[in-house]
Amino acid sequence: MNERKGRFGIHGGQYIPETLMNAVAELEEAYNYYKNDPQFNRELTELFNEYAGRPSRLYYAKRMTEDLGGAKIYLKREDLNHTGAHKINNVLGQALLAKKMGKTRLIAETGAGQHGVATATAATLFGMECVVFMGEEDTIRQALNVYRMRLLGAEVIPVKTGTATLKDAVSEAMREWTSRISDTHYCLGSVMGPHPFPTIVRDFQAVISKEIKEQMLEKEGRLPDAVLACVGGGSNAIGAFYHFIDDENVRLIGCEAAGRGIDTFETAATMNVGRLGIFHGMKSYFCQDEYGQIAPVYSISAGLDYPGIGPEHAYLHDTGRAEYVPVTDEEAVCAFEYLSKTEGVIPAIESAHAVAHAMKLAPTMDKDKIIVINISGRGDKDVAAIARYRGEDLHE
Amino acid sequence: MSNIRKAFENGKAFIPFITVGDPDIATTKKAVLAMVENGADLIELGIPFSDPTAEGPVIQGANIRALKGGMTTDKVFDFVRDIRRDTDVPMVFMTYANVVFSYDAEKFISTCRDIGIDGLILPDLPYEEKDEFLPICRKYGVDLISLIAPTSAQRIAMIAKDAEGFLYIVSSLGVTGTRSQITTDLDAIVKVVRENTDIPCAIGFGISTPDQAKKMAGISDGAIVGSAIIKLLEKHGVDAPAPIGEYVRSMKEAVLS
Repeated sequence: MNERKGRFGIHGGQYIPETLMNAVAELEEAYNYYKNDPQFNRELTELFNEYAGRPSRLYYAKRMTEDLGGAKIYLKREDLNHTGAHKINNVLGQALLAKKMGKTRLIAETGAGQHGVATATAATLFGMECVVFMGEEDTIRQALNVYRMRLLGAEVIPVKTGTATLKDAVSEAMREWTSRISDTHYCLGSVMGPHPFPTIVRDFQAVISKEIKEQMLEKEGRLPDAVLACVGGGSNAIGAFYHFIDDENVRLIGCEAAGRGIDTFETAATMNVGRLGIFHGMKSYFCQDEYGQIAPVYSISAGLDYPGIGPEHAYLHDTGRAEYVPVTDEEAVCAFEYLSKTEGVIPAIESAHAVAHAMKLAPTMDKDKIIVINISGRGDKDVAAIARYRGEDLHE
Repeated sequence: MSNIRKAFENGKAFIPFITVGDPDIATTKKAVLAMVENGADLIELGIPFSDPTAEGPVIQGANIRALKGGMTTDKVFDFVRDIRRDTDVPMVFMTYANVVFSYDAEKFISTCRDIGIDGLILPDLPYEEKDEFLPICRKYGVDLISLIAPTSAQRIAMIAKDAEGFLYIVSSLGVTGTRSQITTDLDAIVKVVRENTDIPCAIGFGISTPDQAKKMAGISDGAIVGSAIIKLLEKHGVDAPAPIGEYVRSMKEAVLS
């Protein structure tokens, strides 16, 4: 019998062309070796601390807590990392791994541009070549990040196929990888795709929940009652959840991009409207039609505008360990403005989805309860788009 | 015995691919019949998928056109029911795992048997995941076709040993599409295949000219061509069946020579 690798319950697996099978096998073998290598871990910790600025702060949002009048709210400040989001955690890990494997070229997909910027940054740091695939639609929505990537020396290739957004960028990066494997590592940006990516990316992002746990124990002497994070593919969420999975009293809440609402076709809330399928290398939940054609999803947030979700989230959903709630564009934009005005923290529009749900949840909880919101990225990149949403045309 | 074997009983095989419903079902029917008339030994029918990650731009375009024209899995089944009245040439479906999975694999594969589809090529279902559909394929006598790539190396023997129908050897790295040169050491791959199985093997990806087809068929048991045919459809639209017929004739002659 074949051993079915990389499963989370029924989810996960390796549904990819034969051409890539040896590449993922080689990656798995290298990862299994280096994850236990003290030297690798020393180097990675040094990069995290000295280069990315870890550990990120766990900040008590006093004004927000008082204003909402319920649970105590803490913000996990991944927005303060170098390059402005949690994406750098995974990228530094994968780039270091790729370097050890003798690869000289990184390719990546990007939605909002944060993962692309992080990959371009790591490539520069390690002296590697970098090519980033980005949906043409997203290159317009996130023009500033396109310029940042080019400034960092990366080549940015606008993807015109399909819906010209994140899913098409992933498809194109996979196509590129099948054509050039020997010197190239595909630095996948989320806990998705074929095994071993969902596991590797989770392990590198798990530093978030490891720190939250330590910081919370230090500040409050106990664990939080709920951890909230936005979910597209799900890397910041799994990072924020991972070390709490066995602490069953900690509610884990993933906030999905509902776009214009889960009762419309303009949504990207996979858990709420999707069903089981096989795509982009994994079995998981996907937004799709009755014949399995992948749906053109929509969200104001380019980073959450993806029709699937990582297989470990699908499993946490099946077992009921984590909850996945929809948050609309309008709610996310209001939360974006709210956090800016209340705490002086401008969150990424992606992270604002988690803030929005916290605004609903906190007032329903007692004052002795504690919520942690993972602020996965900073919102500078979104300012022009939010202005447009509010009817103001800014020239970037 | 698998019906696919028959495709390899007329000398070296020529295997054309076409996406069903590009640009419309009537054209696909005429094109397939023109292929059969001109010596095609096995027809690969593409069921369109929204995100065909193993395809280059040409076949991606065919998928998008077919879907825009309203093509669905049920309509592809109806098409096969219809064309089976006119030909008994071996036919296989080429599509993506999600098309089969989301239809309900058992319903999809049993329908394949009922309408006369002999095999299934799923480029995103590697050896390690074939148990997803293999037991059902066996139950209904539909061959699940395995692929071997230039990077398969030590995997070739394992894949070949368990292969059914025929083996699809991918000629080059990358996605589907025409190439001016094929540089993989295919002789070496075929040698390992032959040591491990007696089922036929055909080479695809990147083949467009009679010279290339002749060379590939010289190494293996046949040549598979997709993008070059889709290009004829792009160019001639509903008038493509006649030039496709001529093209297939020239390619079949080349593989026999």
